[in-house]
Amino acid sequence: MSSATWRAIGVVAVTGALLLAGCGDDDDETAGGGGGSCETEDLTLVKEGTLTIGTDTPAFPPWFEDDDPTNGEGFESAVAYAVAEELGFAPEDVEWTVVPFNNAFAPGDKSFDFDINQVSISEEREQAIDFSDGYYDVNQAIVGFSDSEAASATSLEDLKGLKLGAQQGTTSLDFINDVIDPDQEPYVYNDNSAAKAALDAQQVDGIVLDLPTAFYVSAVEIEGTAVIGQFPSVGEDPEQFGLVFEEGNPLRDCVNEALASLRDSGRLAEIEQEWLSEVVDAPVIPVE
Amino acid sequence: MTEPSDPGRAPDPEAIRPQRPAGPTHRALAERAQRRRSAVIAGVSTVVVFGALAAIVVRAPGWGQVRRAFFSWDDFRASLGDIAPAFMLNVRIFLIAEVLILVVALAVAVARSSRSPVLFPVRVLATVYVDLLRGIPIILLIFLLGFGVPALRLDGVTNEPVVWATVALVLSYSAYVSEVFRAGIDSVHESQRAAARSLGLTEGKALRFVVLPQAVRRVIPPLLNDFIALQKETALVGLLGPIEAARQAQIYSSKTFNFTSYLAAAVIFVALTVPLTRFTDWLVSRRRDRVSAGRLA
Repeated sequence: MSSATWRAIGVVAVTGALLLAGCGDDDDETAGGGGGSCETEDLTLVKEGTLTIGTDTPAFPPWFEDDDPTNGEGFESAVAYAVAEELGFAPEDVEWTVVPFNNAFAPGDKSFDFDINQVSISEEREQAIDFSDGYYDVNQAIVGFSDSEAASATSLEDLKGLKLGAQQGTTSLDFINDVIDPDQEPYVYNDNSAAKAALDAQQVDGIVLDLPTAFYVSAVEIEGTAVIGQFPSVGEDPEQFGLVFEEGNPLRDCVNEALASLRDSGRLAEIEQEWLSEVVDAPVIPVE
Repeated sequence: MTEPSDPGRAPDPEAIRPQRPAGPTHRALAERAQRRRSAVIAGVSTVVVFGALAAIVVRAPGWGQVRRAFFSWDDFRASLGDIAPAFMLNVRIFLIAEVLILVVALAVAVARSSRSPVLFPVRVLATVYVDLLRGIPIILLIFLLGFGVPALRLDGVTNEPVVWATVALVLSYSAYVSEVFRAGIDSVHESQRAAARSLGLTEGKALRFVVLPQAVRRVIPPLLNDFIALQKETALVGLLGPIEAARQAQIYSSKTFNFTSYLAAAVIFVALTVPLTRFTDWLVSRRRDRVSAGRLA
């Protein structure tokens, strides 16, 4: 081979080597030290001196009011500020960040200290993130038009023949598939807004949501609909909402302490009473 | 290119030259060396570049995690079984939409290419349609038709989301494809139309028997191009609830935090688009051969 050939090979080889050199592994994680202490100044935070809390947008009642998590109104906003207070943060030291529902519990680095977005605690999700203890025991519920065939359903058997819908990635969808096990494939949506639009367009007979959301949908959002039934949690672990943490975040233990103290003092029950009181009246559809 | 010497050849000017030893000429030898050198460089370059890229990926600190999340064989097999049946919905939508698009797009293109003064409003309508529909994001169109029209509660109008999503795809893609057809119609030389008219064909017949056959043949490759894009766009139907391949992949992914299901969906889509792409290429090259052979104007 001529010298020109070798020169050409050389150029290619050097380019390759440079490419390789460009990928040094220089991003060693500086894992947060500390741990143990729950003093405000010792907490491991995304942003120094600030408690950064994630939730999706828009933020719907009864969890939030006026699509504004910062006003302290709505069940989850109130819980978030109560936890912040227990941790020693003034309301003005709390910052909110937008986190789409499914991103909250996907693997990877997180932009929040914790996320509060009606995320049900589940083993599958726990592989990728850490949950706090539950802050709300949640029932699934089905919403449909009051004048439809669906409205007369009183058992799971009555629901099997219906066309149902739910948001993808939710325990509501799992509930349809695993518990109701309908004859027709359910419709699946990116978010609850699309599920609500489909119900309004009568493309589905009913949509499955958590009970408080179902209540809000039927009472305020879609005229003529009602909560056809709520499904009490079954099994030894009731379904609960938990706060979401990046896997291994030491802040979780401190938040669990805060939640425990809110529960013991009756504050958590008060907040629930204030924002979620009317939901208990929905008819119950037994889940055997 | 190597030209073996042929002792039985009739005398030609070459033969008058002083005799060389039998075998390849200097030129043939040089060309062969040049080819060998190119092949070696191409080979080494390929190995080095792809090797370097592979090494970068594999040596990356997060490679183990990425491989588990995106290239897990178990998840691939598990999700493929769910995604393949869901893909039939994509295929059905695609096949129906494609036929409708051809019809609508051709009608719009013919309307835009019409010349009669009486048809001026039709031309305006067709132009506005193309301008608007190409500009509107398909997602908006799908939501608007899929959730909006059924919410009007009109008697006798279906509220089936698959139907309305297909209508949205047809409306949007017809606007694009009509421009492809129009380009084809414009590419047929004016003399063709003039000749047809001078033979006594009406404007309509000249279009139908002379202009359109040539125009359509010319635009087949870009048409297929649009249809390959349409295949992938059928995934947008999932926005309205029906579970198609991409949605099924998403459902699997959100259950397992593993993205390999998207890879499985991609493999299925590619399995359909690659043959179509090769077919398009074959059509293009066949047409080029014919044109260069002088059989086609």
